[in-house]
Amino acid sequence: MHLTEKEEAAEILRISGVKADNCMQCGKCSAACPAGAKMDILPHRFVWELMNGRVNNLAASNTLWQCLSCFTCSARCPRGVDPAKLIEAVRLSVIRKQGENRLNVDELPAEIDEMMPQQALVSALRKYNK
Amino acid sequence: MLAAQSTPDKEFEQLIVAFCCNWCSYAGADLAGTARRSYPANIKIIRVPCSCRVNPTFILRAFLRGADGVIIAGCHPGDCHYTSGNYFARRRMTLLMSMLSFLGVDKARLRVEWVSAAEGNKFAEVMTSFAETIKALGENVKLRDLRCKK
Amino acid sequence: MQKIGVFVCWCGSNIAATVDVARVAESVKSIPGVAFAADYRYMCSEGGQELMQKAIKDYGLSRVVVCSCSPRMHEATFRKAAQAAGLNPYLVEIANIREHCSWVHKDKEVATAKAIALAKAAIAKVKLNTPLVSGESAVVKRALVIGGGIAGLQTALDIAEAGYKVDIVEKTPSIGGKMSQLDKTFPTLDCSACILTPKMVEAATHENITIYTYSEIEKVSGYVGQFEAVIRKKARSVSVDRCSGCGICSEKCPSKKAKSEFDQGLRNRSAIYIPFAQAIPNVPVIDRENCLKFQTGKCGICAKVCPAGAIEYEQEDELVTQKYGAIVLATGFEPIDMAKFGEFNYEYCPDVITSLEFERLTNAAGPTQGHLVRLSDGKKPKSIVFVSCVGSRDTTERGKTYCSKICCMYNAKHAMLVKEKYPDIDVQVFYIDVRTPGKSFDEFYRRAVEEYGVQYTKGMVGKITEEGDHLLVHASDVASGAQLSVPADMVVLATAIKPAADARKLATMLTASIDTNDFFTEAHPKLRPVESPTAGIFLSGVCQGPKDIPETVAQAGAAAVKVLGLLSKDKLLTNPCVATCNEQTCSGCLACEKVCPYGAISAEYKLVNVKGLKERRLIAQVNEALCQGCGACTVACPSGAMDLKGFSNKQIMAEVDAIC
Repeated sequence: MHLTEKEEAAEILRISGVKADNCMQCGKCSAACPAGAKMDILPHRFVWELMNGRVNNLAASNTLWQCLSCFTCSARCPRGVDPAKLIEAVRLSVIRKQGENRLNVDELPAEIDEMMPQQALVSALRKYNK
Repeated sequence: MLAAQSTPDKEFEQLIVAFCCNWCSYAGADLAGTARRSYPANIKIIRVPCSCRVNPTFILRAFLRGADGVIIAGCHPGDCHYTSGNYFARRRMTLLMSMLSFLGVDKARLRVEWVSAAEGNKFAEVMTSFAETIKALGENVKLRDLRCKK
Repeated sequence: MQKIGVFVCWCGSNIAATVDVARVAESVKSIPGVAFAADYRYMCSEGGQELMQKAIKDYGLSRVVVCSCSPRMHEATFRKAAQAAGLNPYLVEIANIREHCSWVHKDKEVATAKAIALAKAAIAKVKLNTPLVSGESAVVKRALVIGGGIAGLQTALDIAEAGYKVDIVEKTPSIGGKMSQLDKTFPTLDCSACILTPKMVEAATHENITIYTYSEIEKVSGYVGQFEAVIRKKARSVSVDRCSGCGICSEKCPSKKAKSEFDQGLRNRSAIYIPFAQAIPNVPVIDRENCLKFQTGKCGICAKVCPAGAIEYEQEDELVTQKYGAIVLATGFEPIDMAKFGEFNYEYCPDVITSLEFERLTNAAGPTQGHLVRLSDGKKPKSIVFVSCVGSRDTTERGKTYCSKICCMYNAKHAMLVKEKYPDIDVQVFYIDVRTPGKSFDEFYRRAVEEYGVQYTKGMVGKITEEGDHLLVHASDVASGAQLSVPADMVVLATAIKPAADARKLATMLTASIDTNDFFTEAHPKLRPVESPTAGIFLSGVCQGPKDIPETVAQAGAAAVKVLGLLSKDKLLTNPCVATCNEQTCSGCLACEKVCPYGAISAEYKLVNVKGLKERRLIAQVNEALCQGCGACTVACPSGAMDLKGFSNKQIMAEVDAIC
């Protein structure tokens, strides 16, 4: 079944369980984001695009891959919107479409466990593993 | 009879009586109206000055006459317009609930809720959830006086 | 047989769009007793009332049911109309088919059926209504104002000017409230103290006003026209009569570690202190927590140096009992606590301050004599960042869901004041929205931008960090999408405001309703904005909702007018829906007496007719002036002898029967 862009945005919002309409575009999520400087679409803009039913340029954005899944945006949001979850939802929909695991747990070298913060590993699996 | 009570899937026209105190819950219901917060239409409100005005006999009468559920809504504890009326209501209804259990009527058919004049949304939510509870419980056949059946 | 008239209101399309009003009128016609039924476009209008009055006369109606909006809205209107047509006003019942029906149900079939059911219940009840006559109660010609800020002062002055006695009860050692802490006021930039202190003096010297400072309300009982309040006058430890206000005691006091409440903790004060120079009364208090005499027993310097011998260590709290006809709540606000907002680093960076602290910093009477300096190093800042909406419009549990209303304007004010005094300081304001509705308000804000060059950036600040000797403000410029790290020497947070902490306690004491944010609820959001739903209780200022000074003063005056309307009456009509005891069936057990919250029931020996013989029996007696009609006694009564007029057992039972 082919979804229009608007339907896809609605579907992503539904799956994420996030009430994007609560957003008042204050930009606190972006202001708090440690990876914001490298994103082409900032978190507040990300929410705005979804609210307005646009998802295509979000799927193509580098925000999906720059996001650290640190959830600072969600913690700071004064309206209880969860931008991290929305980014996660779009990311998942992209990964599902490409349909391939690019990160295999068995292939990770053992020493990486000690060298990397756990958060990074978890978020890498979130990003690259279906 | 028990079999009838345990078949909640059967559609039936629920009848729920809500006793609302004039100062908080009745005003809360008004606010639900002003805010156009919908709740099931089979809930009919009777206005009483205070939740402590609700005599257990009113509730038993409602059940006798075929009501499937009765809800009493009053001011939050400590906020009663008459200082302590809702505390009386709370104690009386606790006793009535154990009596209902003794009679074999599910005590979930009687509910006491605190809804303030500012809680229109809560009023609608509470009423909706109570109607769902009653729907799940099915028709009240235990206490109903069949002579009252319309 | 009763002759009942039923009037179904369309309320324009409010009811008629979802309820088939004609069908409601038609379907009740067949009910025994109904002599007349009609629908009308607006029952509350003159035409509607005339229709009712004409029908009462033409058909000799003995009862009236109006199917319309909530009885909380128009019950009084219809009762009055019926009375004008010669019917006892308590023979009218309302079926609420708007708020409880047409507005909450969308399906016309369903809503019409419910409206018919509600009409039937009202008809069943009205058949059993009895004519009731209101009693009378006297009005104590004195008002109590709780809170001595600008709201309380204005209300008290307006009442006093009209010739009635007013008492102001203020929790802190001086009247003046939050306004006395402010430097300048928007949108005129006139000095706050200059316009407030004359009012303080006027109140203090007014022959009709008594001020209780450093006092709290201990207990309130009674009802409209007849309240009785117990005021706790906390021990000042200084005689108000003898003290001349010279201030030597504060100067010589060796304990100077307490934070000044008035200066928002920006400077220390002595244990014996006058909160600020223009305080009224100009008499110090001893803060016993910090006083060496009270803590260790070894000091007493103030008593030694006082030339008037006014220090009284042995003073104790005093309770004053006073009767009032009306009570005005003017308890005001306070800024929210910043502890939960770690991202702004307020607790760790001395140069991150709140707006109220900024007011003290720029105030010529403040801790720095009005010199704008950094609290960390005492140097003049080169750049200041203002952050709006800190905790306001925040739906998480950290903040407040509402807009605090005053912040946008005072941010513009602060920015302008800085620029006016120090044009070399860079000023930037971060905002979500700039909300400036009000006379000359938007012009004021635009002046900050256009004339003073204040930089306004749309975007909320995400975090504030320390970077060497300055701060870094991390924000996102929402308009351009740029990620900003703005260096600043000082950051001012426009913290949300919340009702005073004791509002909830007072609400419980007065049975005045309060909303989820602890603001007092008004009787009607549009038409009765300064009255509490509880008769005789009025609202003034921010305790009802966020307001700026002009609005507060306007509302304070409105509250005074409502109080005057009450106090100018010699007698009030009491609610006739009170408890009544059937002497024939009362067994004299007095279970009712124990549950009555008003002490309205007493026991009395009376001669009662029993089977034709007079018998002396113990009977419960209801004092109708004290009874408020809650009905607690009716349920406690084992024999059913106690009943409530207007909501009798039979009436409610009839409603139940009609619905079920």
